Amino acid sequence: MNRTLWRFEVRPNPDHPDPAGQATLVALREFGLDGIDRVETARLYIVEMAADTANAERVARELLADPVSESFEIASDDAPFPSGDRAAIEIHYRPGVMDPAAASTRRAIADLGIPVESVRTARRYVFHPAPDGATLRWIGRLLGNDCIEEVVPGRKPLAALPKPIQRERDVRTVAIRGLSDDAMRRLSRDGHLFLSLDEMRAIEREFARLGRDPTDLELETLAQTWSEHCVHKTLKSAVVYRGAPFPSLDDDGASSIAETLIERRYENLLRDTIARATDDLIRRDIGPTCLSVFKDNAGIIAFDERDGIAFKVETHNHPSAIEPYGGAATGLGGCIRDVLGCGLGAKPIANTDVFCVAPPDWPADALPRGVLHPRRVLCGVVAGVRDYGNRMGIPTVNGAIHFDPRYLANPLVFCGCAGIIPRDRIEKAARPGDAIVLIGGRTGRDGIHGATFSSAELTGTHADEFSHAVQIGNAIEEKKLLDVILQARDWPAADGTRRCLYSAITDCGAGGLSSAVGEMGAAIGADVDLKRVPLKYEGLRYDEIWISEAQERMVLAVPEPDVETFHSLCRSEDVEATVIGRFTDSGRLVVRYDGRVVGDLDMQFLHEGLPRTTRAAEWRLRSADAPRPPPSTTTDFAGELLGRLADPSIASKEWVVRQYDHEVQGRSVVRPLNGRRDDGPSDAAVLRPRLGSDRGIAIGCGLCPSLSDVDPYWMAVAAIDEALRNVVCVGGDPSQTAILDNFCWGRTDAAEPLGALVRACQGCHDAAIALGAPFISGKDSLNNEFSVDPSEDPALVERLARLGLARDARQIAIPGTLLISAIAIVPDVAVCVTSAFKRRGNPIYLVGRPARLGAFGPEFAPPFQIKVALATHRAIARSIQGGEILAAHDVSDGGLWVAISEMCIGGDCGADIRLNAPAPLTRHGGFHAFPSLYVVEVRADRETDFLSRLGDVPRLALGRTAEADANARLMIRWEPSAAPLSIPVDALRSAWRSAMRG
Amino acid sequence: MATPRVLILRAAGINCDEETEHAWRLAGAEPERIHINRILERPRRLLDYQVVTLPGGFSYGDDIASGKILATQLRLHLMTVLEEFVGRDGLLIGICNGFQVLVKAGLLPGAGLPRATVTYNDSGHFEARWVTMRAESSSCVMVEAGEVLSMPVAHGEGKVIVERRADGDALAILKTAGCVALRYINPSGGPAGYPFNPNGSEGDIAGLCDRSGRVFGLMPHPERFHDRLQRAGADRDLNADNDGLRIFRRAVRYFA
Repeated sequence: MNRTLWRFEVRPNPDHPDPAGQATLVALREFGLDGIDRVETARLYIVEMAADTANAERVARELLADPVSESFEIASDDAPFPSGDRAAIEIHYRPGVMDPAAASTRRAIADLGIPVESVRTARRYVFHPAPDGATLRWIGRLLGNDCIEEVVPGRKPLAALPKPIQRERDVRTVAIRGLSDDAMRRLSRDGHLFLSLDEMRAIEREFARLGRDPTDLELETLAQTWSEHCVHKTLKSAVVYRGAPFPSLDDDGASSIAETLIERRYENLLRDTIARATDDLIRRDIGPTCLSVFKDNAGIIAFDERDGIAFKVETHNHPSAIEPYGGAATGLGGCIRDVLGCGLGAKPIANTDVFCVAPPDWPADALPRGVLHPRRVLCGVVAGVRDYGNRMGIPTVNGAIHFDPRYLANPLVFCGCAGIIPRDRIEKAARPGDAIVLIGGRTGRDGIHGATFSSAELTGTHADEFSHAVQIGNAIEEKKLLDVILQARDWPAADGTRRCLYSAITDCGAGGLSSAVGEMGAAIGADVDLKRVPLKYEGLRYDEIWISEAQERMVLAVPEPDVETFHSLCRSEDVEATVIGRFTDSGRLVVRYDGRVVGDLDMQFLHEGLPRTTRAAEWRLRSADAPRPPPSTTTDFAGELLGRLADPSIASKEWVVRQYDHEVQGRSVVRPLNGRRDDGPSDAAVLRPRLGSDRGIAIGCGLCPSLSDVDPYWMAVAAIDEALRNVVCVGGDPSQTAILDNFCWGRTDAAEPLGALVRACQGCHDAAIALGAPFISGKDSLNNEFSVDPSEDPALVERLARLGLARDARQIAIPGTLLISAIAIVPDVAVCVTSAFKRRGNPIYLVGRPARLGAFGPEFAPPFQIKVALATHRAIARSIQGGEILAAHDVSDGGLWVAISEMCIGGDCGADIRLNAPAPLTRHGGFHAFPSLYVVEVRADRETDFLSRLGDVPRLALGRTAEADANARLMIRWEPSAAPLSIPVDALRSAWRSAMRG
Repeated sequence: MATPRVLILRAAGINCDEETEHAWRLAGAEPERIHINRILERPRRLLDYQVVTLPGGFSYGDDIASGKILATQLRLHLMTVLEEFVGRDGLLIGICNGFQVLVKAGLLPGAGLPRATVTYNDSGHFEARWVTMRAESSSCVMVEAGEVLSMPVAHGEGKVIVERRADGDALAILKTAGCVALRYINPSGGPAGYPFNPNGSEGDIAGLCDRSGRVFGLMPHPERFHDRLQRAGADRDLNADNDGLRIFRRAVRYFA
């Protein structure tokens, strides 16, 4: 039977609701379109198969449509095809873009016994009443993404898939020897190498020595390996810092105000600050037992005698700006593979996510060209994390969302993953003779110069320029990888023990095979035949195969005797595994295609040949950029409190949290929401990595980008302090806490922004040592800036300038942003606490000293002293362990009053706050965020124990918890005799939950 | 007491198999996680077990619709052996995705009864939260009529709907047949309403069983509540009993 194209349209029965249509309608209204009353949706399947009408009916009836709730319509290319109606649009993936549902649907049709060639899925929307053409196009742009999807008004005619571009396969060499400076720069730019002139010259010298020109693949391999993304050359370069002296964390900070400038040289900025703090703490045996720091895909600390905990956080900013859903999903997918590929493989047990975006109420007409609206970005990245994390079966347990207009064109998406790994599975090394095995998804043009092979059709420079970054994930492919890797890691041996079927593993992420194989074989050598790599479609050139960033792939080094066992394990669970070469002892990276050598590089040169540079950094104290104005002194205290609670950065994130599975795997003890109605905010999450054991881990984070405007040094100190405070609040042990750094910065090729980065790094070093929390892993993302063209959009530029956002009125840079993620050991999860007030009549205390960070903070507060901070963290942790504290919450954005309000909301419980004397802190000063400050509820019968446990840690009695449930009220008396201010907890809750709902 | 052997069926995208294994072990059973490919190679292997569990997850990505592709596999290749298994007094339990599979394979509510399906939540997206249910069926082996149970739900397609029939109220037929095993209730025990009924399920249905009471499925996750710390770890004032484990224990006791 001939193959025919069939189109299946599946839609909800008329008497059933259409939730997708309803959600679309809500989204359109949120974007200001009120003219539509109803949206109908349908799923489309375009299937090329050898089937007659009866078999097509069978596919629809038995597989594609639900017999109870859905109906279907079938069309084929044999029959006359109706033209579309003017109220409909269809959204089809562009050819070559990953269509995750296509492969499984194809297999299911084949399972029915019908020979099937290909499946494509699409979606259809019908709008009532029919909008005009311009509105329909606007809706299309909102619902589809031109980078990866084609929006068709009406109905897309049935047509076979276009054939992928067939690239010629001749080996190309690049004449690099003897080029002028200009020609060299042009070569770097036009070839998308992003290498500096110095770096190009180093490559030229190597090939002059060899007496030949490099192949295109060799140049691209060097460019990938030497890229900022892979080697972090800015953070690892030598830096000479000239500028304001660094504050001392133990005095009044006066030195930071001094006019004298200092000069300090860092031979390797990262090594001399962040990594040095870790070395120093390890040497003095302070902090958790570090099992692997900075050298692997994730950092690992000891959990107990048997297991370690791996933790990694990654960013995926640029892809998420272009395609939020796919960008966030593949960002999380990549971070999960980092954990799965660290050591000999850790089992992922928790995910985290932090988003920095512009305010969701940003005017829709004030967007730079090619920039998506922040609301769309936020909803897209939430959905991406949701769909990838939930499908992987890994709970997403901790996160944050921060709003600032400067993230408009550069939203930040941080994804984290923690895993558990046996301590005897941490060391790995590929050995000469091991097979290089590629497993997982097939290789296509994903992430090269276009996720699509029809990218030439794309219009608009933005899409053209960035579409290479767009990738779509397929979580189930990665879940299958996870399943087989963990089985192969602990393979039952004949003698009853468990052994690992491979000697090394890494994920295939940025840089593709080029990076994965190059890194694994760095110390020995590797020989790869690219012809063996399984492809999604024919026509790829060898260099495309080599650098493709197709998702859901990993590379293993498998000793020859275990290759068949490993392969048969993979086959048994439908995972594709292919031997693509061998590790050697040649010290060379040899790449072949079709019997020809297309690359032959010295591993030593590849990994050590990057010329080192010295960069100049400068920083001056910014009196002009003084801290934001202090909180208003309006007399309407209640109004101010309710306003703060509704601030998007402070308000409830329940609309996000509910979409994440936060307890799959059954390990979660403290979830992201807690309290009597499960709606109070958690400071951190607590999990039990081993089912059946009550030893736990706490995961929290700290993020204070607004302090960067004052001094990035204090920004870093505050972020570390906040991360530590968050894990302490739930019962984490601050002396058994490790941290991760994720820097997102603007350009660092000028001295001043680099100086800001130096200050942040130095702050990291100083605070990590003083607080005893080692860094175990980190990552940076630089160049988060966006140019706006004043001639193209003068109104926008003026608006940005008015907000003080665009540097030179044409360049938007994000605030220097450092995410600190903390992971702490919890000795016994049974003693954990949450932020929700528990019951009436218990004393409430403010613990810690409200302090000023350099120039930041109110005048009345004394300068920050880190030894007071450390003593406070430890005292709270001891008191939680001792069972005296029933609820703990940190004082961060929104200050003391927001902290107390959130505790009331979670506990559905009132508070009676009685202050003996008016003090700046306890009125409007109480809206300030402070480091190292906690609010706690203490068991009434243990108050004496609590106070003696605190020792000389500053504390202030605030009052008592009050009536719960329906009559719960927050009451505040500033003077003993005065009548209290009284706000129902329900009013606090409605304000706090009034913000965006998604 | 005889220790029942439990088969936990794995497939691409299934992701609650480990904690389900843990819960069965705590309940006193002897669980084993087996990939569906092994069963398809030799279907009669199913008959070596007293209980078959279809755990939660996203089998085959929930592509097309939740549980649909795995359900089609069961229907095409394993239906005869599954019927024989249940006929020989075996227990067949589906949790979340496993429940969606049992319904879409036609094993729930079962032959001769109105058809049902499990479809998109009214909210249009995935939601995770704790719910409270009351057991309604006296024939279901794994619940006790009248008992109230709390446990988490986590799904995007959990709304049970029953086919419209001209010959009467299909929902009433299912109730009369004892097939409505679990219903969502609100905190005071009344009809749930959102969010206590988290998905808009008709008749607040949270779980169904067949006429025999031995084929049982539910959207909530009993395996995520096998230990009171999972509910009350940090909120010690919350009154919590490990409701989820009760379901597994009852299945084990059935074979005592």
